[in-house]
Amino acid sequence: MKTLTHLERLEAEAIHIMREVVAETEKPVMLYSVGKDSAVMLHLARKAFYPSPPPFPLLHVDTTWKFKEMYKLRDRMATDSGMELLVYQNPEAAERGINPFDHGALHTDMWKTEGLKQALDKYGFDAAFGGARRDEEKSRAKERIFSFRTATHGWDPKKQRPELWNLYNARKNKGESIRVFPISNWTELDVWQYIQLNDVPIVPLYFADKRPTVERDGMLLMVDDDRFPLRPGEVPVERSVRFRTLGCYPLTGAVESTASTLSEIIQETLLTTTSERQGRAIDKDAGGAGMEKKKQEGYF
Amino acid sequence: MTTGPSGARDSVYQTDALIAEDIDAYLEAHQHKTMLRFITCGSVDDGKSTLIGRLLYDSKMIFEDQLAALEADSRRVGTQGQEIDFALLVDGLAAEREQGITIDVAYRFFSTDKRKFIVADTPGHEQYTRNMVTGASTADLAVILIDARKGVLTQTRRHSYLAHLIGIRNLVLAVNKMDLVGYDQARYDAIVADYAAFALSLGITAFTPMPISGFKGDNITEPSDNTPWYSGPTLMQHLETVEVGIATDQAKPLRMAVQWVNRPNLDFRGFSGQISSGSVKPGDAIRVLPGGKTSTISRITTLGADLDEAVAGQSVTLTFADEIDCSRGSVIAAADAPPEVSDQFEATIVWMDDDPLIVGRSYWLKLGTQLVSATVHQPKYQVNVNTMEHLAAKTLELNAIGVAELATDRPIVFEPYADNHTLGGFILIDKITNATVAAGTLHFSLRRAQNVHWQATDISREAHASLKNQKAKVLWFTGLSGSGKSTIANEVEKRLALMNRHTFLLDGDNIRHGLNKDLGFTEADRIENIRRVGEVAKLMADAGLIVLTAFISPFRAERDMVRAMLPEGEFVEIFVDTPLEVAEARDVKGLYKKARAGDLKNFTGIDSPYEPPLQPQIRVNTVEMTPAEAADFIIRQIMPLK
Repeated sequence: MKTLTHLERLEAEAIHIMREVVAETEKPVMLYSVGKDSAVMLHLARKAFYPSPPPFPLLHVDTTWKFKEMYKLRDRMATDSGMELLVYQNPEAAERGINPFDHGALHTDMWKTEGLKQALDKYGFDAAFGGARRDEEKSRAKERIFSFRTATHGWDPKKQRPELWNLYNARKNKGESIRVFPISNWTELDVWQYIQLNDVPIVPLYFADKRPTVERDGMLLMVDDDRFPLRPGEVPVERSVRFRTLGCYPLTGAVESTASTLSEIIQETLLTTTSERQGRAIDKDAGGAGMEKKKQEGYF
Repeated sequence: MTTGPSGARDSVYQTDALIAEDIDAYLEAHQHKTMLRFITCGSVDDGKSTLIGRLLYDSKMIFEDQLAALEADSRRVGTQGQEIDFALLVDGLAAEREQGITIDVAYRFFSTDKRKFIVADTPGHEQYTRNMVTGASTADLAVILIDARKGVLTQTRRHSYLAHLIGIRNLVLAVNKMDLVGYDQARYDAIVADYAAFALSLGITAFTPMPISGFKGDNITEPSDNTPWYSGPTLMQHLETVEVGIATDQAKPLRMAVQWVNRPNLDFRGFSGQISSGSVKPGDAIRVLPGGKTSTISRITTLGADLDEAVAGQSVTLTFADEIDCSRGSVIAAADAPPEVSDQFEATIVWMDDDPLIVGRSYWLKLGTQLVSATVHQPKYQVNVNTMEHLAAKTLELNAIGVAELATDRPIVFEPYADNHTLGGFILIDKITNATVAAGTLHFSLRRAQNVHWQATDISREAHASLKNQKAKVLWFTGLSGSGKSTIANEVEKRLALMNRHTFLLDGDNIRHGLNKDLGFTEADRIENIRRVGEVAKLMADAGLIVLTAFISPFRAERDMVRAMLPEGEFVEIFVDTPLEVAEARDVKGLYKKARAGDLKNFTGIDSPYEPPLQPQIRVNTVEMTPAEAADFIIRQIMPLK
């Protein structure tokens, strides 16, 4: 008898979910944010459909404010996987010059939330894979693996369909679309271990290195390009830092670290005393119910 | 040892020494961890959320920032005074945090060095039965919480029944809040004895009882000094070591529901799915259901290298040595032990929608990767989930659980739920709203078809028909008693014989006196009568014949059922549209007279309804035409016959 490990069970579940989506929806897409969760999701997709390339495109909802290294890996992974890469930037946000320095919450709202809605509408995708995990945040713990959105992309936590066994009901009403979360049941540690065991390529920013940073509002921010407006007295300092999560560089706090291998990263993760999303400014809006509110408005 | 919130706090940051000293050794150990999915069942007051919060806390799954938020929240909205309210860690949605109750299924994660755990946290109220069933459907184990002050309550019975219904074999009876009864052994023993008696009545023969306090931490991770009389495992020890059914699943014959056909180029044709039982190796003989063709496995492909073996639980892609029919919905099975194929079942159904079950309505039924239309008969009974009594029921409403027969529009590959959850568990989907309205478990096929496998024959139905120089058809005459069905059908058959067509006429005389002589005239018997006629007609059509049937067949659903048995276009519905007054006035057999006198029950048109076809292919009328004219008209309509 062969005993499946927890990672083998999680992998099998994710692959099963992806195949159900491909079999039961008309036009699926994979949201690809270039982070480690996206990296694992992409690897699982390649495994699920091998030897075919995954039968759907990758969609990057770009804010134009990601780290340079992220853009580099994104383009490489699209080539390697043989998948079409769609990059969408909200034209209205571009026109109004929305940026994380001057516009705060509006930046995320316009580039990410609105951008995502526009992209899904533009291409007419009826199902979109996302790399969200239930352990990340309290409202996500209650979200189904197949999560339905209204025509205006809203989420109603009270009207979720019961999800039994591994039977997913992918039948949609007119105008509805589905967000599908194949790695819902993974934890941060599971993601890291899977990356290690399967040599999944990730953005080098997860590994510690000397990087120019400034300390601002209790966060260490990396000065990734010359669009970063330095405040009076701020001078970028080379620090050995790494990132636990990746987003827009002006909104993503680095941690001081010397972890330069996956083992060391995992070690640091396990020994750490703050949770993963803490480096992200987005969850703090609107108090305890921040993410739940964002999701109801259509944030992924 | 008592571990109050302040005492336990120190242990949170006593991180595993191995992590700091030798991370690679630690990771090596963790790679081989197994997983246990469990559900906690209890009501608001049983301390369920507190227990889960405690498990997360004791297994060091709470980070400093979360703890700081928890402490602040505890003071603001907590129910434990100045102490930490663990329940706040668990109650996710804003609405629930305000009301202080959980309203949906939430999943939590923690791990120890032996196992990763996924906890489904579901509310305990009766109105959330569907949520508990949902959470239980993926669980290997259930923790049934009891408040030691209150003992076995109605809700305890309900939770145990549901856990048992959904097939959870491992039950833990956690007698919680022992601190509030002074850790009294006699109280604990009485509750366990009480529960054992009840459990046995449900057929639960084994469960693991333990005295705990989620709030104080007794017997959660460490054996408690407060219960020296208890020598069993702590909750965590039990969760880490309990055997789950993986070995049993692997020992069963191979079953894999095909999700997707992988066809990147002409040289590769693979079948993707998740193995639900058994194991598979290259060279194994397999059979594809429902077609019944056999082949052998050539490869188990995956990114990287091919596998030598795959087992229950794994998602794989298989290729065969032969090109045989296999597509989404097919089941790949061990050649010598295939599962059953049937279209009529007895099942337990849990209704999950605000709109009640409509008996006879067509719903989508999804089982494994098969999607078919299904109708549910009137429930045999509904179960009172609090007392387990069987109650009469005409329908099932939200959160009701009942046993009913159901029929699918085409045969599906299945196994009883007790043997295979993937091939025995199903959901029903409303065809208009697309909502998941019910979940169910199949008990058995109603057709004793268990040992009859579809024989894949070499002479196809098309070959049978072309040998006869014709196309098979079923000319289905429907209409009131005395409307002229048999007379007209007979005229049609005579004309077909003159045209050298191979035909057969099925009517009451040759069916009711033989094949169906065990059936009476109740609604159920009439449905069964038509079902059998339909099956016989189908076999004859398979043999290439033009079949004529003359039966009242009063119900639309049954005629549609027969239509669905046959290939598109082969079923021709002929409505002999003679008005009731005319048929009754003729009364050739004197039956209307008897029915009017009350001597004949359930007579169509008198005290039993006739549902006329909505869109018959052919309509004839014996008031305006003679039988011969009607027959000529029908022949013109069905030409050409090749």
